[in-house]
Amino acid sequence: MNLFRNNADFKLDVLREVGNIGAGNAATALSTLLNKTVDMAVPTVNLLPFEAISERVGGSEAVVVAIFLRVEGDAPGNMFFIINREPARRILQGLLGFNAAENDDYSELELSALNEIGNILAGSYLSSLADFTGLRMSPTVPSLAVDMAGAILSYGLLQFGTMGDDALLIDTTFLEGHQEAEGHFFLIPDPESFEKLFRALGVPF
Amino acid sequence: MTEGTFIKVGMADLNIAEGGAVLKTTGLGSCVGLTLYDPHLKLGGMAHIMLPSSDIAREGQLNIAKYADTAVPELLKLMKNKGAVNSRLVAKMAGGAQMFAFMGGTDTMRIGPRNVEATKLALDHFAIPLVSEDTGGNYGRTVELDSQTGIFSIRSVQFGVKEI
Repeated sequence: MNLFRNNADFKLDVLREVGNIGAGNAATALSTLLNKTVDMAVPTVNLLPFEAISERVGGSEAVVVAIFLRVEGDAPGNMFFIINREPARRILQGLLGFNAAENDDYSELELSALNEIGNILAGSYLSSLADFTGLRMSPTVPSLAVDMAGAILSYGLLQFGTMGDDALLIDTTFLEGHQEAEGHFFLIPDPESFEKLFRALGVPF
Repeated sequence: MTEGTFIKVGMADLNIAEGGAVLKTTGLGSCVGLTLYDPHLKLGGMAHIMLPSSDIAREGQLNIAKYADTAVPELLKLMKNKGAVNSRLVAKMAGGAQMFAFMGGTDTMRIGPRNVEATKLALDHFAIPLVSEDTGGNYGRTVELDSQTGIFSIRSVQFGVKEI
C-alpha cells in the first residue's frame, strides 16, 4: 500500500513524534491518576499486516481489556487503550483501593472505572495532538470490552480494510517501573487522515 | 493434510482441508467465519470474511477472501476443483458480533450484522443451505471445522466451547 507519496522515512518519524506527544501526555495523566510513575517506550510506527497487529498484545486469542473510541474531526481514526488483565487488576486496585476481580467478572464499578481511565487518557492524548497540529480532533464516548484481542482490534482495521491488508499503527507501550507492557496505546488514523496530519505539521505530502 | 493437523486461516483469508485436517480461524469479532463442507468427500473450506461487499474496495489488487460477495464463489471454486458437488455442500458460520455498543451506531459499527447478511445472500445465490450458525452478540469467537466430521466448534471467552 502506498500511503506516502515520498519521504516515507521522514513521515514515519513525524508520526512517531505524534505518538510521543499524545502518549506522553496520556502517560502523565495516568501517572497523576495512580499517583505513581508511569513510563513509556518510544512509539513504534509500522505498516503492519492485519494479523500482526494483535500479535503486539499477545496474539489474536489473548484476552485483553480494551477501551475503544473513534476520533472525530479533521483527521479521523481509531484509538485503543489496551491492557492485559493483570495490569488492569493492579490499576483498579491502585485507583479504587480494593482488590479487583481475579477473573473476567469485573463488577459494574470496575468496568466503569476502566472506561473512565480510557476516557481520560484518550482525551489527554487527543487534546495534546490537537494543540500540536492545530486540527480539530475529538473522541467519541469510549466503549469497553474484555475479550479476544483479534476480535477487538479488527474494529480498528475496517477503514484500512477497503484499501489493502495492512494498517498503519502508532503503538506506544506504557511501562510501570521495570515491568513490561503495562498497556498499549494504539492510534490508527484513517487512511485519508495522513495527508491532513502532514499538511497541518508543515510536511509536504 | 492429515488427521490432527491444523490449518490456520488468517484474517481476510480462506483455505480448504481434507483427510481429517482441521481448519481454524481465531479472534472473530465483526468478521464472519464461514465454512462449507462436503460430507461425501470429507472436504471442508473456511473463509474469514472481513467486509460485506467488494463494491467498497479501493485496493489495487483485490483480496477476494476479504469480502462476502467474492469469498463465497472463490471458496466454492477451490472446493469444486477438489471434486465437491454443489448439491452436497452445507454451510455453517459464526461471528458477525458487535463488539462495541455506540450511541447512534453508524454503518461502520453495524459491520458485524452486515457481514452476516451479505454472507447469507451470497450462499443463497449459489443455493448452498446454511444448516447452522452462531452469529451476533457482543463477543469474540475462535472457530474450527473438522474435515473428518464436519463438526464446527466455537470457542468464546464467556461461553466456552460449543459445537454446531
